[in-house]
Amino acid sequence: MMLGPIGFAAPWLLVALAALPILWILLRAVPPAPIRRRFPGVALLLGLKDDESVSDRTPWWLLLLRMLAVAAVIIGLAGPILNPQDEAETGNGPLLIVLDGSWASARDWDTSAELIDGILAEAGRQGRTAAVLRLTTPEEPVFRAAETWRTRIPGFAPKAWEPGAPDTAATIAALPDNRFDTYWMSDGLAREGRTDLLTALESRGTVTIYESPRPPLGLKPVRIEDGALQVTAARPLGLGPQDITVQAMGRDPSGTMRTLANLPMTFGDGALETTEALSLPAELRARVTHLTIAGSRTAGATTLSDDSFRRREVALIGTRAEGEALDLLSPMHYLHKALEPSVDLLEGGLNDVIPANPDVIVLSDVATLSDLEKDELIEWTENGGLLLRFAGPRLAASDVSREAEDPLLPVRLRAGGRNVGGAMSWGEPKTLAPFEATSPFSGLAIPSDVTISSQVVAQPDPSLSQRVIARLTDGTPLVTRKELGQGQVILFHVTASADWSTLPLSGLFVQMLERLSISSSTSRPAAEDLAGTTWQPMQIMTATGRIEPAGTLPGVPGERLIDAPLAADLQPGLYQGPDRTLARNVLSADTVLRPAQWPARLRVEGLARAAEQPLGGWLLGLALALLTADILATLALSGRLRGGAAGTAATLLAALILAAPAPGHAQDDTARAIEATAEVVLAHVVTGNPQVDDLAEAGLRGLGQVLNFRTSVEPADPMAVNLETDELAFFPFLYWPITPDQPIPSGEAYEKLNRYLRSGGMILFDTRDADVARFGAASPNGRKLQALAAPLDIPALEPVPEDHVLTRTFYLLRDFPGRHPGRDVWVEAAPADAEKIEGMPFRNLNDGVTPVVIGGNDWAAAWAVDERGGPVVPIGRGYSGERQREIAYRFGVNLIMHVLTGNYKSDQVHVPALLDRLGQ
Amino acid sequence: MSEPLPQLQDPRELRERAETQASSLPPLLARAEHLAGTVLLGDHGRRRSGLGDDFWQYRPAQQGDPTRWIDWRRSARSDDRYVREREWQIAQSVMLWVDQAASMRFTSDKKLPEKCERARLLALATAILLIRGGERVGLTGTLLPPRRARNQILRLAEFFSVSNPGDYGVPEHRAMIPNARALFVSDYMGDMAEVELALTKAADRGIRGVILQILDPSEEAFPFHGRTIFQSVGGTLQHETLKANDLRDRYLTRLAERKERLQSLCRVTGWQYQLHHTDNSAQSALLTIYQALDRGTA
Repeated sequence: MMLGPIGFAAPWLLVALAALPILWILLRAVPPAPIRRRFPGVALLLGLKDDESVSDRTPWWLLLLRMLAVAAVIIGLAGPILNPQDEAETGNGPLLIVLDGSWASARDWDTSAELIDGILAEAGRQGRTAAVLRLTTPEEPVFRAAETWRTRIPGFAPKAWEPGAPDTAATIAALPDNRFDTYWMSDGLAREGRTDLLTALESRGTVTIYESPRPPLGLKPVRIEDGALQVTAARPLGLGPQDITVQAMGRDPSGTMRTLANLPMTFGDGALETTEALSLPAELRARVTHLTIAGSRTAGATTLSDDSFRRREVALIGTRAEGEALDLLSPMHYLHKALEPSVDLLEGGLNDVIPANPDVIVLSDVATLSDLEKDELIEWTENGGLLLRFAGPRLAASDVSREAEDPLLPVRLRAGGRNVGGAMSWGEPKTLAPFEATSPFSGLAIPSDVTISSQVVAQPDPSLSQRVIARLTDGTPLVTRKELGQGQVILFHVTASADWSTLPLSGLFVQMLERLSISSSTSRPAAEDLAGTTWQPMQIMTATGRIEPAGTLPGVPGERLIDAPLAADLQPGLYQGPDRTLARNVLSADTVLRPAQWPARLRVEGLARAAEQPLGGWLLGLALALLTADILATLALSGRLRGGAAGTAATLLAALILAAPAPGHAQDDTARAIEATAEVVLAHVVTGNPQVDDLAEAGLRGLGQVLNFRTSVEPADPMAVNLETDELAFFPFLYWPITPDQPIPSGEAYEKLNRYLRSGGMILFDTRDADVARFGAASPNGRKLQALAAPLDIPALEPVPEDHVLTRTFYLLRDFPGRHPGRDVWVEAAPADAEKIEGMPFRNLNDGVTPVVIGGNDWAAAWAVDERGGPVVPIGRGYSGERQREIAYRFGVNLIMHVLTGNYKSDQVHVPALLDRLGQ
Repeated sequence: MSEPLPQLQDPRELRERAETQASSLPPLLARAEHLAGTVLLGDHGRRRSGLGDDFWQYRPAQQGDPTRWIDWRRSARSDDRYVREREWQIAQSVMLWVDQAASMRFTSDKKLPEKCERARLLALATAILLIRGGERVGLTGTLLPPRRARNQILRLAEFFSVSNPGDYGVPEHRAMIPNARALFVSDYMGDMAEVELALTKAADRGIRGVILQILDPSEEAFPFHGRTIFQSVGGTLQHETLKANDLRDRYLTRLAERKERLQSLCRVTGWQYQLHHTDNSAQSALLTIYQALDRGTA
């Protein structure tokens, strides 16, 4: 039922309004209940009659109040709704809500969820059944009461893939034959099977399309060209110019995910794609885990990076170049050329390189290693390093791995090696045999011009055949490999230069290095390259572009990984293969985003609409408020609302009014921040005990005046700090008096305090009982201090040593009295290894300001002054008391100086050295 | 209906507080009007000149002093004539009656003492003053005849700690010692005929004293509204009204009539009437009692 803009969910309840007049009569007939009072003067009252004109009935305004309350309850229960959604009024049959449910709808999912909720709510009020269908997970639609679907809307969150043609066909096949109306939440992208589904739906009822006016943005996989990341963004509609920002996300050294770089990009007018280069230092680039378009939380606008972003570090260790050999003859030249484009090269001695923990160490014709080097190299390899060795004249001439297998060589070697096809030998230079299927090089084409003329030869051992991964046409091993711990040792039986073979001159050499994961490939492998491999998902991407652990998802065959369409069993994410990780992104390099085209006869609506507003809660709340007012009024009428009760009621009322959020809070904060930072401001922590707080405030004011008179520190009026609500960072110094009954701060407040302490703030804890210094937990203040300080990040403490900088930052002090004369005061302990400086009475302690000073001398009482500047609290007796107050002020001055200047005074220990340097 | 009896007051506490009240006043001396009946020479000095055996002071003789009063031995040592005065040593009996009935156990506010508590305090403080001054103090009736020792204070305190179950108290007027002094403390909300009887009887025996009426502020102000059922503290009487504030004026008129009747009764019998409210200080009440008993007209 509709009444103007208000509809009712249960209009029949309004009939109960007719009962209100009866209630009126009933309420009028019953007088208010009497109060029983004890009163000795009753003896004087006996026989007095009430005035006849006195009414014993409830006054009319109270009746009206109650009537209103009851009416509000009745109307509230009838379920009034402002702006009820009327979309569903066009039909009355079942309702089907179709969701594309792809990544492209993730950005506006919250809006569409509200829309669906509104549609379902209205359908529920009309008694229509409904079904919700996601194209990404095709299933037979089940028509149920609309209300039951409302609770399940959060379960229909979009998926990271798009509905494919088979999915759509399955959906069409599962559609029931009866008539129903359809609301289609489109994601705005064109795809196969859409027209078929539309035809099928239109044959069963009207179809309305909802589509976000903002087309989705996509980010294509990143290519690496010219040492920079080439970032390409795409959009389905060639609209006007559009600026976007691409963020490169990754973990910082502490492991926190953060934005490592921002890349502003601009779509030209009408352009569908835009490409920009993002140049990052190699270290930073290796940290990038994914790139995403800022503000567009979809899987399509996120692209994961894999191994290809990471440049491996390869250490090249060669024999020292003798004489002035030409570059082309250098054994390293070809390795340099082959590796330089894709890896970071390290060069140096073995001892220098191993601590840098490179991914690969290349030993080119290095035969002898010292025992130390050998041990280090073995350890490094066993921890996962790849040791690549090339043969050469030295290796051939040495006795390494002759009798017994060297741990750093995969095979035993025969003495001398062999030469084939040279001027002094018979036969032709040998060529390579085709690679076996088990070899990592399998599938590489062998150029015919690769010939081997010299090599070192492996001893025939039982394990030899397993270790050969490339051999010559005559069966002689050319490349051998063995596992060593978690790492491996690979030996090329030829040199890395063109002396012994033409292999380093050919493209095969580069490919072989790539296959050995020495240089990571910059190009994505083709689907057929990956045939037969299984790739395990490590991380998957949700529709909103969030990256989550893959959990127990099954592995994916390699041939599907590259270009099969994404589906539930192939989600976008990071996949771990045999020797590398590969990222599967939502968009591939050749994806074209196309906008969905709808026939002109269909209604296409945006997602925005006036939200319906249920008024029932407000009305019931109004009824409650009226009934509360009724209680107060009844109490007032019957004379019970006097004295304490009236006070309580007024407090309650005030609390209700004040509960409304006070506007202008932010402005207050800003004003306070400016006030606190414009000058040096001393602050004290609010304890909740007004006496202590006032004294602390007066104390800091007194200390401020003394500072003003005597030093160049000119503090403004002190401020009170509420640990829960106020920012602490503005204050260099906090005075914290301890009372036994002050509340323990919340977790957030402690976090704030710890941050404050770590960032150089100082807190002066004052138990005010002159006892804590003995660490007697006997006093309630001492116990409270322990409870308060337990969660704080406080370093080890010690009583102020004789040479602490606090004793001489401004005045030379020995004791630190307040209202109580000096017991020990505790500060951060000096490091144990601090040593006395020659010729100086103090140790070399130059670092850090103590974050806390703990004592119990009630300094604020000694510092406190009233408005006229006179002392507030008497200290001690007579002159000695005034002297004690003076020393207390001096302690305060020293403390503030320590806070503000740090250990500047400690630097005096360097005076002799400075004078010496000045040439005195 | 009846409320549980309030916790009996600890006699020691009551005594202590009464001592505190009494300590700040000079010793109270009752002036004997009728020496003949009850005057006894006590051995405890009154610290003023009068009839007695002990020397008090010499004072210069004034005109009108009989010649035989002059102390010649003292006068011979100087040119003036001196009179030798002796210390006044006369004791008197004072009887107390404190209303212990239920109507006294009332207070309108948690911060105010019950009327009963205030009454006991004032009575005991008076008793202490009197005993310190050497008078004999006791209760009316036969329970505790007037005695002098400080022990009597303890006994009085004990008797004051016992509540009376009745709703309104009736003055005890049996066995009153002729020509003694009396202090009656009550709210006088009960039957006035009994009060009248007691006072006339006392007047017949030459007893003078003080009527102290103790009222709660709410009994003076009657700050009640709305439909109310008033009950006496003992629960025996009750009165229902629909609009309590309408009764106020008539109640106050009746209260004023009662006070007026008490005062006229006092005028007739030669007693003194004092009104005390529990929100006033006990000290001022004690002062007025002191003055009333000291002036001697009572």
